Amino acid sequence: MNRRVFMKSGALAMVTMGLSPSFLRRSVYGMELLRGASTHGNRRGKVLICLFQRGAADALNVVVPHGEAAYYRMRPSIAIPRPVSGAAQAAVDLDGFFGLHPSLQPMKELWDRGILAPVHAVGSPSNTRSHFDAQDYMESGTPDNKGTPDGWLNRYLATRGTCEECATGARQAGHQPSPNGAKPQPSPFEAVAMTPQTPRILEGPAPVIAMNGLDEFSIRTNGSEAQRIEALYRTGSADVVHAAGGEMFEAMKILRSANPQQYVPEHSAEYPRSPFGQHLRQIAQLIKADIGLEVAFADVGGWDTHVNQGGATGQLAARLDDFSKSIHALVTDLGDRMADVVIMTMSEFGRTARQNGNGGTDHGHATALFVIGGDVHGGKKVFGRWPGLEPEQLNEGRDLALTTDFRAVFSEVISKHLGAQKLDAVFPGFENDKARWLGLI
Amino acid sequence: MRSSLSITLVALVVAGCSAAVPASTQTRSAPVAQAAFAVSEPRELLPDEQVQQVLNRLAFGARPGDAEKVRAMGVDRWIALQLTPDRIGDEAAEQLTGHYETLNARTTDLIETYRQVQQARRREQMQLRADGDTTASKQDARRDALAADPQLRDLARRAQRIVGDVQSAKLARAVVSERQLDEVMVDFWENHFSVYSGKGQTRLFLASYDRDVIRPYALGKFRDLLGAVAKSPAMLFFLDNWQSAADSTHPTLATARGAQRRFGLARRPAQQQRRARGLNENYARELMELHTLGVDGGYSQRDVIEVARALTGWTMNPREGAFVFRPEMHDAGTKVVLGHTLAAGRGIEDGEDVLDLVARHPSTARFITTKLVRHFVSDSASPALVSRCAGVFTKTDGDIRETMRCIVTSPEFFSRAAYRAKVKTPFEVVASALRAMNAQPDTTPRTAQLVARLGQPIFGRQTPDGWPDRGDAWMNTGSILNRINFGLAVAAGRVPGASLASWPAAASLRAVGREEQVDGVIKAILGGQSSPETRSILLSGENPLLDKLGSADSSSMAMDDSVPTDEMMAPPRARQAGAVVAKNGRPRANAVSVLNRPLRLEGLAQVVGLALGSPEFQRR
Repeated sequence: MNRRVFMKSGALAMVTMGLSPSFLRRSVYGMELLRGASTHGNRRGKVLICLFQRGAADALNVVVPHGEAAYYRMRPSIAIPRPVSGAAQAAVDLDGFFGLHPSLQPMKELWDRGILAPVHAVGSPSNTRSHFDAQDYMESGTPDNKGTPDGWLNRYLATRGTCEECATGARQAGHQPSPNGAKPQPSPFEAVAMTPQTPRILEGPAPVIAMNGLDEFSIRTNGSEAQRIEALYRTGSADVVHAAGGEMFEAMKILRSANPQQYVPEHSAEYPRSPFGQHLRQIAQLIKADIGLEVAFADVGGWDTHVNQGGATGQLAARLDDFSKSIHALVTDLGDRMADVVIMTMSEFGRTARQNGNGGTDHGHATALFVIGGDVHGGKKVFGRWPGLEPEQLNEGRDLALTTDFRAVFSEVISKHLGAQKLDAVFPGFENDKARWLGLI
Repeated sequence: MRSSLSITLVALVVAGCSAAVPASTQTRSAPVAQAAFAVSEPRELLPDEQVQQVLNRLAFGARPGDAEKVRAMGVDRWIALQLTPDRIGDEAAEQLTGHYETLNARTTDLIETYRQVQQARRREQMQLRADGDTTASKQDARRDALAADPQLRDLARRAQRIVGDVQSAKLARAVVSERQLDEVMVDFWENHFSVYSGKGQTRLFLASYDRDVIRPYALGKFRDLLGAVAKSPAMLFFLDNWQSAADSTHPTLATARGAQRRFGLARRPAQQQRRARGLNENYARELMELHTLGVDGGYSQRDVIEVARALTGWTMNPREGAFVFRPEMHDAGTKVVLGHTLAAGRGIEDGEDVLDLVARHPSTARFITTKLVRHFVSDSASPALVSRCAGVFTKTDGDIRETMRCIVTSPEFFSRAAYRAKVKTPFEVVASALRAMNAQPDTTPRTAQLVARLGQPIFGRQTPDGWPDRGDAWMNTGSILNRINFGLAVAAGRVPGASLASWPAAASLRAVGREEQVDGVIKAILGGQSSPETRSILLSGENPLLDKLGSADSSSMAMDDSVPTDEMMAPPRARQAGAVVAKNGRPRANAVSVLNRPLRLEGLAQVVGLALGSPEFQRR
């Protein structure tokens, strides 16, 4: 018996059990989904991958303003040398004013391909210098409001398909209306976080799968017991527990068909062996499996460089090396699929413009991020108004000042790339002036 | 007949008796204005179901023999006893919690430990730098510093244990304590007054938070609990009130008084520095929105600011981790809170008055009672029950014990609709599985990490609202899978302290046939409650559903045993050994591997694993 027949029988069995509306809401997505999976993405959807650098990456040594004299004055021992300096390890020039940290050489290739757009002096308007609070704000999408229960990425998912016209318009990934007129059901893999628990950014009403690795996604026992457990959840009452169990077994089946154990990256992409690299590799697997992934999330720590952060080499350089090689491998591996994918990096705030007494930097304000993708206007310029680094131009006399609210960037990306319409619901309280978007996409 | 019986039972309880009470105590008279357990109310649940209901709701599930004990004692008497935990001996829990290294340490010592390790690390880092090593990271410096100094190594190990000890102890208590309702209440309040271990130094205050702040008042007066929380370093730090000071536009108490004493000028520089931080509304807002009135409880943004002003100067001594009121931070102006005027020039009384106001507000009675009813009865808290018991809350000046008595002796509590209507949280899944298996928890953080793996790290809720208390929040694709794998891991003996060997039912069940095994397991682990479908699946050698559908290819959803673990996609980190809890209380490699290693179950273990992974076990 093939899987489609199985699914039909399964769905039929569920219908005859007398289902509550909430059960219907949560389940029986299988038929649409499997069709999407089996036809391998003839209506391939858009994907957004968000990567969080936890600990506040030092933006001024990531996207280096080598045209600023003040930069070199304030960072005598950790500044990245000018591209023309002749130093073996110098900034990789982008536009004559900005350059990339030498460890970001792989990103330069993405710039040259026109798919990498750096954004500078961006971040949260909140003045907090607490990692916890600032990460919280960047993930909830509501700076200085701790009461927000959910994350902005989940709010996007929860609000994006609720109106009739959105259902036919913006949503694409395996969401065709079903032949019998039933509402299309989302894939269980729409939102995946490569983290042990659902991260704040994805908390909320829309279903999310959080996992350390694809290999976790199976029942840890032999076949007949797994079958029995499946049967336990497929018979009996039609309540929330059984529904979740049923969904899970569908998801597992779908993932199984993607055969994660046998995955070989394409185009000779080489992922670092680091957790971050491996997480990106698994995101690539999910995308290529065409199982309806729309939003993916991963994070990477080690950016809180208060002491000895190093310059062109050293601590920060090592973090950036892993970071850029992992992203480069993901882009390489995805190949043509990058036409439908946007990768967006973020970090809770930047660091002080001046180096401190320990060869490091302390908690600052504005930061920098990267937007990468086929439909990104990359390779042309560093986006965002540059506020300068002279003493009077600094925030509170010490940090890179903020000229772009992170919500403007996130809004533009989810709106233009994913087709989000209800930006007010995703970023409540933010006056989303589209005229001030940066034109990233 | 019934009412005379209930009076006798009250007499027993008041006399402080357990099941083994001698008959003579029954003759003592009872001061029973509160012979309130409503035995006369009709109850929909059958007697055995009532036993299950109280063990599932007022305890973290049944240990072997518990159902028989409750039945023998009588459900109502058992409830009354659990409502007065002081009358229940609890040596096992006390003994166990005595074995944790950092749990009973003074907060000030924990702070000192933490400080010394930090300092040594910084010194080492400076030294490395002076020696010309410019690439050394924080971690490198820390490692070097520790390698050189065994005493420091000991301190560092201790500092690392803090969160793990608190998490482990909380779970262990839930498993072994005889004061089960007290533990359930502690869990409820720690979630209501949620703090996050990953925010800065909050973790140093957690042991004290559990021991000195929540536990003593878990069944006491709400105002006392609220006051203890307001002054706790954990909450002061987590919601920033410790650094909230009068805005520069308002006079502080010290300037007002100091000027009279002519000390004002001399103290100004220090004050200005402190006051530069200004007002922080964080705690004030959550105090009303989450801790007392509820979001629609009838306060305005103006009230939030006024409450924040009233609470300025409620701070702590950062070296001792102890509450202190600092007049020089306190806003000395007049405030108007919820329509009540707080006169200018007062000190700590401002905050005390605010706590009085919000604790006794009618919205608070309703909000707290609604949360209790949702937790103990059902997700859709019955308005009639809420209103009845909120009345008790108000009449008794926020007596949590009496409010609880109203809820858990109500017909709604013993109604068909409420029976097994709650979905267990991950903490409840783990605690109830360990109790069912008669587990003896160890003092490592390993089992607590499994709770995190199931999605609910203990003291790991980042937002101040606490974990959700509705079933649909816990039931999703990823979570159900981990629950199933957890059940299998318990049956396979992979979870510390739990094994078939220590499960009393195992001895007799091993020797009998499958049908008796299944019925024994259903009785012991599922409280005798399972659907006919579940029973038949546990019984069958084959899978009836899949048989019926004639499926040939769905067998492969299990982990394929033929794939060696090393070749799986696991990131390198997931294969590292060692039980380490991250600073934020989230699990590291070890918990992951417990749930991820493939296993094979046979015979009785197989039936137990299926039962623990069944839909029935996900409910309480």
